[in-house]
Amino acid sequence: MSRLGPLGTTPTPRNLRRRVLGAAFAGVGAAATLVGVLALVVLLADVVRDGVGQLDLDFLANFASRIPGRAGIRAPLFGTLWIMALTAAISIPLSVGAALYLEEYAPRNWVTRVIQVNIANLAGVPSIVYGILGLAVFVRWMSLDRSVLAGALTLSMLVLPVIILAAQEAIRAVPGSIRNAAYGLGATRWQVVRHHVLPMAAPGILTGTILALSRAVGETAPLIMVGAVAFIAFTPTGLGDPFTVLPLQVYDWIRRPQEEFRLLAAGAILVLLAILMTMNATAILLRNRFQRNRP
Amino acid sequence: MNDANPGAAADGTASPGLSLTSSGSGGLQERLIGWVLFAAAATSVAVTVGIVAVLLGETVGFFREVPIWDFLTDTRWTPLFSEKHFGILPLAMGSVMVAVGAGVIALPLGLMTAIFLSEYAGDTLRGILKPILEVLAGIPTVVYGYFALTFITPAIRSVLPETDVFNAASAAIVVGLMILPMVSSLSEDALRAVPQSLREAAYGLGGTRMEVSLRVVVPAALSGVLASFILALSRGIGETMAVTIAAGNLPNMTLNPLESIQTMTAYIVQVSLGDTPQGTLAYRTLFAVSSALFVVTLAMNVLSQWVLARFREVYE
Repeated sequence: MSRLGPLGTTPTPRNLRRRVLGAAFAGVGAAATLVGVLALVVLLADVVRDGVGQLDLDFLANFASRIPGRAGIRAPLFGTLWIMALTAAISIPLSVGAALYLEEYAPRNWVTRVIQVNIANLAGVPSIVYGILGLAVFVRWMSLDRSVLAGALTLSMLVLPVIILAAQEAIRAVPGSIRNAAYGLGATRWQVVRHHVLPMAAPGILTGTILALSRAVGETAPLIMVGAVAFIAFTPTGLGDPFTVLPLQVYDWIRRPQEEFRLLAAGAILVLLAILMTMNATAILLRNRFQRNRP
Repeated sequence: MNDANPGAAADGTASPGLSLTSSGSGGLQERLIGWVLFAAAATSVAVTVGIVAVLLGETVGFFREVPIWDFLTDTRWTPLFSEKHFGILPLAMGSVMVAVGAGVIALPLGLMTAIFLSEYAGDTLRGILKPILEVLAGIPTVVYGYFALTFITPAIRSVLPETDVFNAASAAIVVGLMILPMVSSLSEDALRAVPQSLREAAYGLGGTRMEVSLRVVVPAALSGVLASFILALSRGIGETMAVTIAAGNLPNMTLNPLESIQTMTAYIVQVSLGDTPQGTLAYRTLFAVSSALFVVTLAMNVLSQWVLARFREVYE
């Protein structure tokens, strides 16, 4: 692509102005892009400066305490791991099943269109509205109370449309020739899906799933609605136990006026970010591997 | 990928023969699987039905006690006080002020970022910048709240000392940073989908890169860019934790961004944290406010899809 058109080479005053204007525009574009990058750098620096001093084994091993020096994140750390595992166990089969139905099984009729439009719209519903759903349906109606199961079910509903959309995209990327070849050999629809479509789409599905789960791990508002509480001095041992998660512990510490709790919040944020970065790095590695091996 | 396939194929060669001999049970199994998968897809519809049913049920109960006219026009929101007023306007105004403020920051910056990434940056630079913006998009909202409270608010107060500790400006700035990657990434997708031949034609006529970007590429991608704007504003309205932390909990009919306010989402969090007994009017306000939030964000999402479909320029 040429930097300037042929007219730009004639040094008339008008072309000079166009050239200067163009350079200024490029500068503005670069500056705008830099704002996002700088925001991330400043945000991370802000958290690291306050939080890095908090990180030690006691901080990970201790329960929350009214005395800042003794407070730790054992309960929310375990709660986050519980929520992550349960949400994955509930949401992955549901959303991959839904995506397989829409891409491989669904007839082209109005029911399918309704489901598809519905999924697109669900993806835009604010997370706190899912909290209301969780409160009314899981906590109250199904009497699950403020349990880790109620929290995981709520977050599963939240990530469902996100994973379905990602899985659909991965399934659509499997070449039709593969399906035709398998059908030609006499395979049934499920055999085609089970042995060819699903294995080929798996890395793409997994990438989308990990990204969606990392969103669930960072969620606070829906879990406040279903009644997760910050001050808990035990870790969950079963599906019916009360729980707390890292983002909620962060929020609880931010709300306190004392400076020490604010530092604790920064420490918990660092642990939360470390978990999220690990998840995202896994997703990126999978994506790269997938792209390289794609025929 | 490749290592998974041979095993699957070897497995697969055994089963077609099986299904040929016992086609009856195979057919049943096939149909059963079809129904199970359909049930999974139908779950997503059940979620929508659940949300609407829950919101509608309690909201109808709310409007039996509070006239809908009062809800929409009263300028005070004091459901937890002894003198109760149920006007959603102060909350709605708080939400709109934060979303508009965030939009003022994120829409121009996001579009300029998208233009820079799509039209100016080379592959290497794009390869570095895009993941950075993706990380920004993946930061939990409660962390943005922390950032607003410990960095943005003190910065504002050092310039304008009369600013409240909790203020709308800080929330708007931090939500702007939060939706910036959304605008830039969706807009960039739209810009990059514009066929290269259009750019080359414009360059051939002697256009500078800025002229080609602003007069050819952006207009051709306008539907995608506008859709990303609407989606980002909708996200700003629905944003909860950062706003709750930064903007405060004071329903306040004001246009002054330096004052403490309360958004619809922050009110929902405030009530959820307290011990409001189920079945009371105060409890029902939770659902009435959520309904308003749901209707507004749904309308904006539908609008963005409509813009995308209605104003799409189709090439080839």
